[in-house]
Amino acid sequence: MAIETKAFVAVNRFGLGARPGELKRAASDPHGWLEAQLEGRSAQPDAFAALESGPATTRSFFAADDRNAKEVIKLFSERFRDIFMQEVAARTRVMATSAQPYRERLVAFWSNHFTVSAKRPVVAGLAGAFEREAIRPHVTGRFADMLLAVARHPAMLLFLDNVLSIGPNSMAGQRTGKGLNENHAREILELHTLGVKGGYDQRDVVELAKLITGWSLSRREPGATPGTYKFHGFAHEPGTKTLLGVRYDQGGEAEGEAALRALARHPSTAIFIATKFARHFIADDPPAPAVERLARVFRDTDGDLRALAAAVVDEPAAWQAPLAKFKTPQDFLVSVLRATDIFPAEPRAVVGSFEELGQVPFTALSPAGWDDNAAAWAGPEAVLRRAEWSLAFARRAAPARQPIALMEATIAPVASARTREAIAQAPSAQQGLALLLASPEFLRR
Amino acid sequence: MTTNRPANVRSRRAVLKAALATGALSALPRVGAAAPDPLAGRRLVLVFLRGGLDGLALAPAYGDPAYAAARRHLALPPPGSGEGALELDATFALHPALHALHPWYGAGELALLHAVASPHRGRSHFEAQDLVENGTPQPYGAADGWLNRALGAVDAPGRRLGLALGHSVPLLLRGPTPVMTWAPSHFPRVDTEFLARLADLYEGDALLAPALADALKGQALADEVMGGDARGMGGRGGLRNLQAFKTASKAAGELMAAPDGPRVAVLELSGWDSHANQGTTQGQIAALLGGVGDGLASLKAALGPAWRSTAVLVITEFGRMVAPNGTGGTDHGTAGAALLAGGAVKGGRVIADWPGLGPAQLFEGRDLRPTLELRPVFKALLRDHLKIAEAAIETRTFPESRDLRPLEGLFRA
Repeated sequence: MAIETKAFVAVNRFGLGARPGELKRAASDPHGWLEAQLEGRSAQPDAFAALESGPATTRSFFAADDRNAKEVIKLFSERFRDIFMQEVAARTRVMATSAQPYRERLVAFWSNHFTVSAKRPVVAGLAGAFEREAIRPHVTGRFADMLLAVARHPAMLLFLDNVLSIGPNSMAGQRTGKGLNENHAREILELHTLGVKGGYDQRDVVELAKLITGWSLSRREPGATPGTYKFHGFAHEPGTKTLLGVRYDQGGEAEGEAALRALARHPSTAIFIATKFARHFIADDPPAPAVERLARVFRDTDGDLRALAAAVVDEPAAWQAPLAKFKTPQDFLVSVLRATDIFPAEPRAVVGSFEELGQVPFTALSPAGWDDNAAAWAGPEAVLRRAEWSLAFARRAAPARQPIALMEATIAPVASARTREAIAQAPSAQQGLALLLASPEFLRR
Repeated sequence: MTTNRPANVRSRRAVLKAALATGALSALPRVGAAAPDPLAGRRLVLVFLRGGLDGLALAPAYGDPAYAAARRHLALPPPGSGEGALELDATFALHPALHALHPWYGAGELALLHAVASPHRGRSHFEAQDLVENGTPQPYGAADGWLNRALGAVDAPGRRLGLALGHSVPLLLRGPTPVMTWAPSHFPRVDTEFLARLADLYEGDALLAPALADALKGQALADEVMGGDARGMGGRGGLRNLQAFKTASKAAGELMAAPDGPRVAVLELSGWDSHANQGTTQGQIAALLGGVGDGLASLKAALGPAWRSTAVLVITEFGRMVAPNGTGGTDHGTAGAALLAGGAVKGGRVIADWPGLGPAQLFEGRDLRPTLELRPVFKALLRDHLKIAEAAIETRTFPESRDLRPLEGLFRA
């Protein structure tokens, strides 16, 4: 494979689409260009400096909730809406400008794996903070640490109701008559760790729900900052629990943590994560040997996500078919912004573009997150929508962005004669640019 | 078709027709030519409520002696009381938010199916939805949907009988048989020349070429049927959940009423995963059910006389636990309820082999016990309503399910 084609794969399959000059930079050493991005830790980009923390936003929710329902509705419809727009714009700006696009793709991958959705209004104010605080610091760290950070973040505790779940035999359960809510426990097993075929049953769901009772948020107890994670011993179900045949009887917060760490090390988790990783970086239907190798790396390194990210770069199958993956709308928009070096001034316009293309960040319909295959995103309406959007975008962007130069800087290594000709013979710079953006090569990665 | 449309609408239609007539797109059949109806005018709408609708909220078994004790604070007030459930018979009622549909029951156009479930027993949204849609006995047992496979058995050259409302095609309708899609858009129509160039650019692309062709077909029909309404219904940024459902229901009705329109549509509404504070006569589920009632009423109105030959099946992936959980909601369960509506339906009755709500009667001690599978209902829709040959249903549409006979007697004719 020509080195230029390898650079295309590095920049698109692993990266987020070429910024001006990026294809050339990657072409000197495509593997090395990717591996260098995995060094060190994720810095918090400047674009995030003004954003509010998850606990601070949670505090404002509690304060409104302490007053009345009207205040909560006002908070959701005004302040949380603003926060949501700013978060989406800041995240998109980072993705559109980053010189470490592989690292940013990993953030998006893990954020989708551990989906929290703004379809639940309280999450609209917290989803961005969740990604910044629970996902980003761990994308080249340990899976178990990410799992625990996620399970204790206000966004997840509120999204999957664990703040409401109370051990029926705990002090709080005895006093109030309230009980378990299985939502969080089930999704930890099904979506975050083992996967639905991972070998657990309904009893395990209930046992894990008991194990994590009391994983909650401080609201007004003395000595704790409101809105931060807090273990509530008075809501924790007492007694021995048995999860996947293992007994937990140490009690308190430690037993839930031990259970989650065991789930992170479970062989089913390695296979589940490896399959999703391979689907994202190799093909919708990834080859079994590659999945097995990635699972082995995950297992052998005790869930070292840097090692996993390096291993998938080493998979030959990830490089063999440069256009194997169809871009999601998020991938598509980010790659357009990177290619053209254009960024909307207003957060509202960024969210608007995602809406037009059919995928607003942090709004997946379910805790399973967005689908990662062409069948979900290349439906008839979606394809026509991208064409319409591309033309509307090109009307604003051309003639400042010349289509042929832009084609050379983005898809040249894989551009077919047909695509080159269509762009070259377009009747206007606008149409040429729109044809580039809607071309089969630009729609894929 | 009305004739006094604003000029700009007519010109946009003209543009699209021109687009369809350009060389690259000429393989698409033109809209408007009358042809014999491959399904003799019969129509089917599947409404998939994603997230696991609480069947006992949709249709409380208020006459079951164990109902009040089992449902505790989630029990709905019985028929006849203030804000009470709407009586169907001595045992079952409808949620009061479904007041728009209740008269249909009296008119014989609505049946309730209860204690119904897919073959899935694992309480996973994603496996259960997949199973409802792929039509095999295994989750992920097929990459296409049973409704698409069923449409493949209908001889309708050049027609796209299936219609998905939304940006993507649900698994139910995915597969080798081409279907159309419709979703509101606020974009101005892209010009003919650009479309022709794009179609040329996509030629030979197995993913993009058919997708673009399908989209243009859907757009042309929507213009033909809905005129200026077809665009801009979404407003900037599309529609929110319930409003979007109503808009999609109306659009489905209008498109399906057209002589050359689609005949089988899938509508979806999510938001039913009621783990916390689901409410009773008011609240989360009540609001969503009200939206379902509104949407189906819009669908019926838009179908006009075609309602007489229409069947609508409202389903979900699983029911929920009978007892409330610790947080005013219900966790994932097994059997739930479904609605069958339409002029073609032999309604006014409850179809259930009721397992009861007593503690010993529950499935695994917690869920409504399934006594009716969804596939016999699906098979009846295909065989007895759409008149699809049974051989095709048994071999292609629902493989490995011969022992599940179609449910008899659901339809008038």
